[in-house]
Amino acid sequence: MGEKYFGKAIKRTEDPRFIQGQGHYVDDIKVVGQTYVTMVRCPHAHATIKSVNTDKAKAHKGVIDIITGQEMVDAGIGSIPVGWLLDGLKTPPHYAIAVDKARFQGEIVAAVIADEPLSAEDAADLVEVQYETHGGVANPAKALESGAPQVHDDAEGNLAFDWNIGDKDATDAAFDSAAYKVKLDLRNNRLIPNAIEPRASLAEYNVGTGEYTLHTTSQNPHVHRLIIAAFVMGIPEHKLRVISPDVGGGFGSKIFQYPEEIVVLYASKKLGRPVKWTAKRSESFMTDSHGRDHVSTAEMCADADGNISGLRVTTAANMGAYLTLFAPAVPTYLYGTLLAGPYRNPNIYCEVKGVFTNTTPVDAYRGAGRPEATYLLERMVSTLADECGIDAAEFRRKNFIAPDAFPYQTPVALAYDSGNYEPALDKALERLGYEQLRKEQAEGRKQGRYIGIGFSTYLEACGLAPSAVVGSLGAQAGQWESSLIRVHPTGVVEVYTGSHSHGQGHETAFAQIVADRLGVPMENVEVIHGDTGKMPFGWGTYGSRSGPVGTSAIVKAVEKVQDKARKIAAHLLEARDEDIEAEDGNYSVKGSPDKAIGFGDIALQAHLCHNYPEDLEPGLEAMAMYDPANFVYPFGTHICVVEVNPDTGKVKILRYVAVDDCGPQINPLIVQGQVHGGIVQGAAQALYENALYDDNAQLLSANYMEYVLPKANMFPMFEIDHTVTPSPHNPLGVKGIGEAGAISSTAAVANAVNDALQAFGIKHLDMPLSAPRIWQAIQDAAPAQAAD
Amino acid sequence: MEVTVNVNGQSYTRDVEPRTLLVHFIREQLGLTGTHVGCETTICGACTVLLDGNAVKSCNVLAVQADGAEVKTVEGLANNGDLHPAQEGFWEKHGLQCGYCTPGFLMSTVQLLDRNPNPSEQEIRDAFEGNYCRCTGYHNIVKAVQYAAEKMSGQAVAAD
Repeated sequence: MGEKYFGKAIKRTEDPRFIQGQGHYVDDIKVVGQTYVTMVRCPHAHATIKSVNTDKAKAHKGVIDIITGQEMVDAGIGSIPVGWLLDGLKTPPHYAIAVDKARFQGEIVAAVIADEPLSAEDAADLVEVQYETHGGVANPAKALESGAPQVHDDAEGNLAFDWNIGDKDATDAAFDSAAYKVKLDLRNNRLIPNAIEPRASLAEYNVGTGEYTLHTTSQNPHVHRLIIAAFVMGIPEHKLRVISPDVGGGFGSKIFQYPEEIVVLYASKKLGRPVKWTAKRSESFMTDSHGRDHVSTAEMCADADGNISGLRVTTAANMGAYLTLFAPAVPTYLYGTLLAGPYRNPNIYCEVKGVFTNTTPVDAYRGAGRPEATYLLERMVSTLADECGIDAAEFRRKNFIAPDAFPYQTPVALAYDSGNYEPALDKALERLGYEQLRKEQAEGRKQGRYIGIGFSTYLEACGLAPSAVVGSLGAQAGQWESSLIRVHPTGVVEVYTGSHSHGQGHETAFAQIVADRLGVPMENVEVIHGDTGKMPFGWGTYGSRSGPVGTSAIVKAVEKVQDKARKIAAHLLEARDEDIEAEDGNYSVKGSPDKAIGFGDIALQAHLCHNYPEDLEPGLEAMAMYDPANFVYPFGTHICVVEVNPDTGKVKILRYVAVDDCGPQINPLIVQGQVHGGIVQGAAQALYENALYDDNAQLLSANYMEYVLPKANMFPMFEIDHTVTPSPHNPLGVKGIGEAGAISSTAAVANAVNDALQAFGIKHLDMPLSAPRIWQAIQDAAPAQAAD
Repeated sequence: MEVTVNVNGQSYTRDVEPRTLLVHFIREQLGLTGTHVGCETTICGACTVLLDGNAVKSCNVLAVQADGAEVKTVEGLANNGDLHPAQEGFWEKHGLQCGYCTPGFLMSTVQLLDRNPNPSEQEIRDAFEGNYCRCTGYHNIVKAVQYAAEKMSGQAVAAD
C-alpha cells in the first residue's frame, strides 16, 4: 500500500467553497413558501406561566400562527429525552415549549410564525404573557443548600444525581498516613460555547409521503433523527430526514436536540409550509448548552519521597434547568475516571452531585468533563509539588506511569492501553529552555517582573467509545461508527461516513486514507457526510471520535473493497487470489507484472459482469461498522509562560509550548489546527470567559460586550511539536486530537498565572484570571507581603 | 424605499424597508450568502464587507446607507476565477476550519493589506480586533495574511 497521502500536510479540499463564500450553511438555504419563526422567551429565571394571550400578535400583518406548549403536548409531542441514565437519576420532563413553568431565562413560552422574519419579530413583542415569578438559583453549591428555590418538584434539594467512584476507605487511609497534604477549593467557571455560526433549523413536511426534512446545525444528524423521530414526535425514523450541511463550528453545543428543532418540525406539518428559525446571538448565549460549572474541593497527598499517594474530590456540578442528551455523563464518567491522569496514584475517591439550577442546561463542551478533571488534577499536582519542595516538572516526571507498565489499570475504572509520557515532557522542556527560563524568572522578580511558568502534563480518554462499556455505565446509545465505500463504474469513489465535519477537515483527511489504500488519486475520492437520507446510521462527531472510530470504519470498508477487487482481478487475469499483488491501484500477478489490470478497469468490470466470478455479487461497494475495543488515550505536555503586570493585573502569554501525542497523524496541518484552536479555547477559560448569573439567576453575560471571546491579539504564535505512540487497538493506531488542546491548556495557563502570583504569597486564585481579579488579589496580599 | 447598490461590480436596485440591514439586503435580496451573520452587536466580524473601500460591519449598516455606494463582498474577491492572494493564503496555510468567520476575515485582510502592505505579526493580530474565530486559534490566520502580504508585494514588484 502506498503512502502517497497519509501523513502529509495536504491543503484541504473543502476550502475552495469556504474561501469564495460558497459554503452552504443552514441559514443560507431558502425554500419556496418558507415561513419564519421568532420565539417568545421567558425573561425570568423561574416563573409560573399564568396565561399567554396571543390575540394582538395574531392580528399583526404577516402572522400565520402562534404555537404554545400545551398545544404541542395535546398533539402528542413528547419530552426531549436524556441519553445517559445514572443510577437514581432524576429525569423531569423537558418540553420544547414551556407548559406551566419556565425554569431558566430564555426558555420558550410561545412560537410566532410569519411570512417575513421582521413580521415574526414584531409580532412576538405583542404576545402578552402573565408570569408569577419565583426566586431563582444559579450556583450549584447554593442550589444544594436548604431553602434554595426548587427547580423541579420531583428533584428534592435540586439533586439530579449523587455519584461516586473509587475506594473511599483506602483513600482516606492514604491521607491519614501521608507526609504531605494540600487542599484547594476550585471553581471551574461556566462557559458558553459560541460557535460563530448561530444555530439554525429549517423544517419541511411533504404531505404526500409523510416525510419531514430537517436542515439543522447538528454534529450528528442520525442522533437527531433517532431522538426526535422515535422519542419526541413518535414517527417512524425513516420519515424524518436530517441534513446537516456546512456547519459553522459546534464544540459540543450542536450535539443536542433543541426545542427550536422540535417547534419547526411540528409547525411545518401543521401549517403545511416550511418553517425556519435562526438564532440571534443573544439567543445563543441564553439557550445553547453551556459548559463546565463545577464547584469542587480537592485534596491531594504524597509520601515522604514525593510520590503521589491519594486524591479525594467532592464536586457540585451544575446541570442547569433540564438534563440534555449527554449531561449526566459529563461530570461523572468523563470526569471522575480521568482523575488519575498520567500518574501512578493508587488511591482516588471522587463524589459528584449533579444539581438542577435555574440556568441554561449544561452539557458537553469541548473536552466534556476531561478539561474539568485536568484543571483540577494539574492545579493539585503543581500545588503538591510546591508543598513537597520539588520542581513542578520533576515532580510530574517522577510520578509518571512508566512506559513498560501498560496496560495500566487506574483506581478509577479506566485501563490505559498505551502511553509514554516522559519523551513529550522532555521535548517540551527542551523547546522551552526550561532551566534558563527559571533563571530569568528569578532575575525578573528582582526587577519587579512577574513571570510564571505553568505545566499541564495531561492525559485524556476519547475516541468514544466501546458500546458495551458505555452501555453498562448508562449510555442509551451505541458508540460505533459506520462507513460505506461506493466505487462507481468509472472508478471514482464515494466515501460515506457517519462522522460529521464542522471544521475538522474530514473531506480531506478521510480521502487521504482511502486514496492511499485504493491507489487512486485523491481527486477521485469524495467524502460525504451529514445527510441521513444518503448514508447508513452513524453516531456523529464529538468526543474526538472521528479519528479513532470514524477512520476505523472507513479502513474496514476499504479492506472489503480491496478484497473484492482482488478477486475480480484474479478472475480476469486467470490467476489465484493469493497471487494478486496490489500496488498504487495496479493489480498484477506475482511474478508476471505484465499481467495487470488497473483499479478503474476492475470497477468497470464489476458493473458489466461480462466476465466475472460466479460466486461473487456484482458491484464494488462495501459497508463496515466499527465498534472500538477501548477508548484511546492521547497525552502530552503543555507549558505556558506568562507575565503578570502588577499595576494592572493583566496577563500576557509570552510563550506556549505544546507537545501532543495523538499517535500517527493523518494530516499534520489539520492536527496542528485542532491543537491551536483548542489551546485558545482552553486558555480563554483560564483568562477571559465567564458566564455570569446574578442572584436571581439572570444571565448577565449575554452578548459579546460582557462575555469576552478570545481575540487574535491576546495570543502569541504557538510552538507545536509531537511524539507518536500509536494506539494498539485500531487499524491506523490513531488517537483523537480535537479536544486535547482545550483539555490541556486551561490548566497550563492557570498554573502559569498562579506560579507568577506565588511571588505575592498568593496560593491559589480561581478562574477566570481576569485583570481586576488579579489586581485585587495582589492588593489584598500586599500587607502580608510587607510583613515578610 | 428604493436603493441602488453596486455589489462586486454589478448594480442592483431593490425596494427595502428603511430598517433593513445591509447584511440582510446582501444575503436575502441579492442571494449572496457568502457574507454571514454571527451576532447583532457588531463585534464578531462575520458580516464584514467593504463599503466604498472601507471594511464595515454590514450588520450595523442600513441598506439605505449604502444607496449609491460600492460594496465588495467575498464573492467579489476572485478575479475571473483566479483567487485573490488573501484567499490563496487562507487555503495554503490552513487559515480556516469551519469557514464561517472566513469571509469576514478575508475582507478585513484586504483592507489591512491595502493600508499596510507589510504588517508585522502584532499589526496583523491588532487588525483583527473586530473579527472572531472560534476554530483556528488565529495562529494560521496570521500565517495566511503573511503569505498574502508576500504574494501581493511580489506581484507589485513584478508589475514594475
